[in-house]
Amino acid sequence: MRNFLAILKKELQALFVSPIAYVVLAVFFAVGGYFFYIIMSSLVNQAIEMGFRYQQMGAPPPPIDMPFLVMRNFFGILSTILLFLIPMITMAAFAEEKRRGTMELLATSPITNTQLILGKFAAVLVFLLVMLAPTLLNTLLLYLYSEPSFPLAPVLVGYLGAFLLGGALLSVGLFVSSLTENQIVAAVVTFGIFIVLWVIDATAGMESSLTNETIKYLSVLNHYEDFTKGVLDTQHLVFYLSFIFLGLFLTSTSLDSAKWRQ
Amino acid sequence: MIKAEHLTKRFGLATAIEDVSFEVGKGEILGFLGPNGAGKTTTMRILAGFFPATQGIAVVAGYDVFKQPLDVKRRVGYLPENPPLYSEMKVDSYLRFVATINGVAKSKIETQLEKVKQRCGLADHGKRLIKHLSKGYKQRVGLAQALIHDPEVLILDEPTIGLDPKQIIEVRELIKSLAGRHTIILSTHILPEVSMTCQRVIIINEGRIVAMDTPENLTSRLQGGELIEVEAAGDVERVHGLFKDIPQIRNVSVGPPSNGHFILTINVEGKEEVRHLISRRMIEAGLNLYQMKVQTMTLEEIFLKLTTREEGAA
Ligand SMILES: Nc1ncnc2c1ncn2[C@@H]1O[C@H](COP(=O)(O)OP(=O)(O)OP(=O)(O)O)[C@@H](O)[C@H]1O
Ligand SMILES: [Mg+2]
Repeated sequence: MRNFLAILKKELQALFVSPIAYVVLAVFFAVGGYFFYIIMSSLVNQAIEMGFRYQQMGAPPPPIDMPFLVMRNFFGILSTILLFLIPMITMAAFAEEKRRGTMELLATSPITNTQLILGKFAAVLVFLLVMLAPTLLNTLLLYLYSEPSFPLAPVLVGYLGAFLLGGALLSVGLFVSSLTENQIVAAVVTFGIFIVLWVIDATAGMESSLTNETIKYLSVLNHYEDFTKGVLDTQHLVFYLSFIFLGLFLTSTSLDSAKWRQ
Repeated sequence: MIKAEHLTKRFGLATAIEDVSFEVGKGEILGFLGPNGAGKTTTMRILAGFFPATQGIAVVAGYDVFKQPLDVKRRVGYLPENPPLYSEMKVDSYLRFVATINGVAKSKIETQLEKVKQRCGLADHGKRLIKHLSKGYKQRVGLAQALIHDPEVLILDEPTIGLDPKQIIEVRELIKSLAGRHTIILSTHILPEVSMTCQRVIIINEGRIVAMDTPENLTSRLQGGELIEVEAAGDVERVHGLFKDIPQIRNVSVGPPSNGHFILTINVEGKEEVRHLISRRMIEAGLNLYQMKVQTMTLEEIFLKLTTREEGAA
């Protein structure tokens, strides 16, 4: 536990002194804020247009769940932003340690791979939280100006989804970083894997064979969908947690086998 | 304290070390001497538990390095060839981090920190960012890092590299002062270093141990040969071929002249006296003889001999 905390602390220090972290945060807030604004304004325009059309037909407009639509679209966009930014959060994790020789310090200290990997994973999760937390402000605004007010639980489920999706992607990023000494290579490969994970269900055929079902199951976005609707389903929870476990397990295997290859 | 048995390490097809066996007693300082690529770093990395050997057994502080790595790592302080530093950290926080992951009790960290900083001449550098330190100071932080948990065994890969002459002397003194309480292995290709600091020397070349002894014994073991330095004046050209028929003489080299005198260095095989032959030849050749002295070979020459002989054989 002490080793885990020491690694976590060291990693957070390293993350928050690196300019990359601030660039990632700045880009995230700028792009996230921008899209939130776009989503809001286009949805409002649509609602107004729809209101007009129904008025012309002389019928009262059906109720629209605006907060629901805004949040759903926002979480959709969020996943895309994470796709681009997460490779930059994890690229240095192991690649930099190897490049500057500090892996030699860690590997000859009495800490286990598990402590090392969990420490690093916890650090990037904290970073993810730091990214996501301020977007709660958007939600807060939406909440304050919504009439009637909307239930908050589904929004929190959406955030849980974003956090789990982010965690799964981070675990892939850590694994890739453990394979190379070059952080740019790590970032590019991680990004490539994410793209595959993004579009993988498009490669599945229509008929329901085992392969097709498996491919669909692997699509990280399919499992995210329900969360954005505010629906909490343990099936998806299990998916993400196993995904994360697998990612971290592969990282551990890769560190072990690197020992033999060096 | 340290025992290596038949260690072999291969990288793919290349063999970095082959059948390396040795023992180091408690409190001893052992020097690893060898040219570039000899396998010093590889051996030390195996002992420190960085990677396993392809074959062989290593036991450090009573624990098998491959089977009980954590027990070994707790007792070993390791300074890698390139000091493993986080450049964005301050010296103090870096050393605290290393202390923590090496299991130094929280209550002891600050005293240990002050102690190693004092020892490594870093007392005023605690608040400095590591990336702003000079190479020599980075090396000191590397050394401090290896000492922070007061380990029984120290493995130091070229500990004096990058230091200025004054610092080199200080670090050697430091290492010597650590012997007794700590068991130390250090590697170097600076030859005087081993004779100054180590009680025993292993000379390694192309992955194999070529010699293992005390510095004194190694010197006398090769006392089979000696160097004779002759100061003379006259026509240097006449030296050529002058000693051709003295079978004990291996080679003669002529140093640069100064004040009209030149220095001959004559490499003699065996212990048989040849100085009278040399002086007679030189006087017969019309050269003036001013001085003649016998040098016992330094470790440096032994080292060169051993390695060149190996290369010749390969
Ligand atoms: N990771 C590696 N992969 C492949 N070959 C390696 C690796 N590490 C070392 N070698 C090879 O093993 C041999 C021994 O290298 P080692 O670094 O142990 O030498 P050294 O004695 O420390 O040399 P130096 O004085 O230059 O530090 C060299 O031929 C080197 O090229
Ligand atoms: Mg070396």
